[in-house]
Amino acid sequence: MNKKTGWATTAVSMLAFCALLALAACSKKEEAPASSPTAEQPAASAPATPIDPATVATISGTVKFDGPAPKVSKIDMSQDPGCKGANEAETYVVTGGDLANVFVYVKDGLGSRTFDTPKDPVVLDQQGCKYHPHVLGVMAGQTVQIKNDDPTTHNIHPTPKDNREWNESQPPSSPAIEKNFAREEIMLPVKCNQHPWMKMYVNVVKSPFFAVTGKDGKYEIKGLPPGDYTLAFVHEKLGEQDQKVTVAAKETKTVDQSLKPAAE
Amino acid sequence: MNSPDPRGTTLKAIATTYNRGHHAFAVFTACATFVVITAGALVTSNDAGLSVPDWPTSFGYLIKVPHFVGGVRYEWSHRMVAGSLVTLTLAIAIWTLIVERRRWLRWLAVGAFCTVIAQAILGGLTVLFFQPPVVSTAHAAVAQTFFCIAVAIALFTGRRWVEEQPRVEFEQRRPSLFTLTLLCIFVLYVQLILGGMFRHHGLSWWPHVLHAVVVSFVLAWTAVRALSVYSHIEAVRRPAILMLSLMITQLCLGFTSFLTRVAWGRDAVQPELPMVVSTVAHVAVGALLLATTVILAIQVWRHVPVPFEERLPEAQRDPSAA
Repeated sequence: MNKKTGWATTAVSMLAFCALLALAACSKKEEAPASSPTAEQPAASAPATPIDPATVATISGTVKFDGPAPKVSKIDMSQDPGCKGANEAETYVVTGGDLANVFVYVKDGLGSRTFDTPKDPVVLDQQGCKYHPHVLGVMAGQTVQIKNDDPTTHNIHPTPKDNREWNESQPPSSPAIEKNFAREEIMLPVKCNQHPWMKMYVNVVKSPFFAVTGKDGKYEIKGLPPGDYTLAFVHEKLGEQDQKVTVAAKETKTVDQSLKPAAE
Repeated sequence: MNSPDPRGTTLKAIATTYNRGHHAFAVFTACATFVVITAGALVTSNDAGLSVPDWPTSFGYLIKVPHFVGGVRYEWSHRMVAGSLVTLTLAIAIWTLIVERRRWLRWLAVGAFCTVIAQAILGGLTVLFFQPPVVSTAHAAVAQTFFCIAVAIALFTGRRWVEEQPRVEFEQRRPSLFTLTLLCIFVLYVQLILGGMFRHHGLSWWPHVLHAVVVSFVLAWTAVRALSVYSHIEAVRRPAILMLSLMITQLCLGFTSFLTRVAWGRDAVQPELPMVVSTVAHVAVGALLLATTVILAIQVWRHVPVPFEERLPEAQRDPSAA
């Protein structure tokens, strides 16, 4: 093979390679990307440990923000005309000192008890280019049903540490996406890369003893067997505070907590 | 300093002719590369990297324009201009293979094509594996490597390079200016990787900021050497001045980016305009700085070479063998 033939072969090879690449890309199905498997397969769980309903206790309380309420950040949604939601960020929702969106759960004290995974899904809605709710609690393996009620496309992209990462697009009026998270993980961020202000947190736990504070800062955890527990209060920015709690049979206990920002 | 070639050797020149169209196309490809790098920086700065979840298709289609809102605008545009760049690179590579007589330049053109393909694959991996910091940083580093190759092809096909009889002065100082320019390229690459890792959440900001001091020192040393000793050689003087100017601009942009992104924008709910403008400009000027340094190294290699005998291993410096 002489030199000229060699260079011509190189040129033809490059053209052929590009044609192959284009062919490979074109041969993809020309429709919305196929969803990845809808759910992670949690490990087969042991039968639930029975709890005597006659002895169960309730823990409730209020979470306060310690200090002056932070200024609410404004969101600029102008990059998508389909976004017509409230333009206030939900990083800190403080009303009269009461702090919303704090995930409260029994972190320790349940021993080797196991619990049934609820059959009913929890719903995560995208409306006004915001997630509703902003903080969600779910049991490991429980179905999360994700809806899009906006006239624009979102992509749902959880960025977990211990669960499987995925990223799916959801056009307007498309069917709900159903997913679950197999492993326990607190404050698992979920974001939309199309609308960078859209962020929420999923909390995956093994027990049903959790709650998220409302705008009044209140929470309630029912059906807890009597015992000594560690109650954790977790906020996306303020971090975690723990409290030791002992509840007797049928007791209703109030456990309040205040969270404050870390010193700058 | 202006010593003649001590061994009476002359540089072997391969007769080649200036091809205006070929050179213009090479310049256009280099400019297009800069546009693609800027578009890529816009994607990262707007946190839009995964707004199109599939690859190589976009929402299931190869070219169909999606609903052009939010992060999709940046990501889809980046994909389209990058796709066009692959075509341009293929064209310049084939054109070079057809018209160019310099064998090494033909190989460089083929290398450019291979690099742009590798870059496209890295872009795909970034999407499919949810932006792992190492892959995203490699995507950023290979982008700038490709830019340097494109600029080099534009330089080598230019009228000056082809027709000019280079004025050669042999370097006597140590370290040689050529060594310094290679050191500049090395520290700039390290800085590019540190910056990329920080930008893609794989590292803290301080290694990048700390290394900026090293980069500034090495680049300033090189520019001062080039300008104080070889300012009469235009091909060396111009890139040296440009390198120094870009370095100062880049330091200012780096400081601004630090303020907008790290100090003030730490708790921002979304990328804000000052953050986006400063970080995109920082990436763009960084690419120009690296390419200018590569040009300086090439021109120094051409105009201020190390004496031929010093390039030989000690054992081969037998004058009788000349």
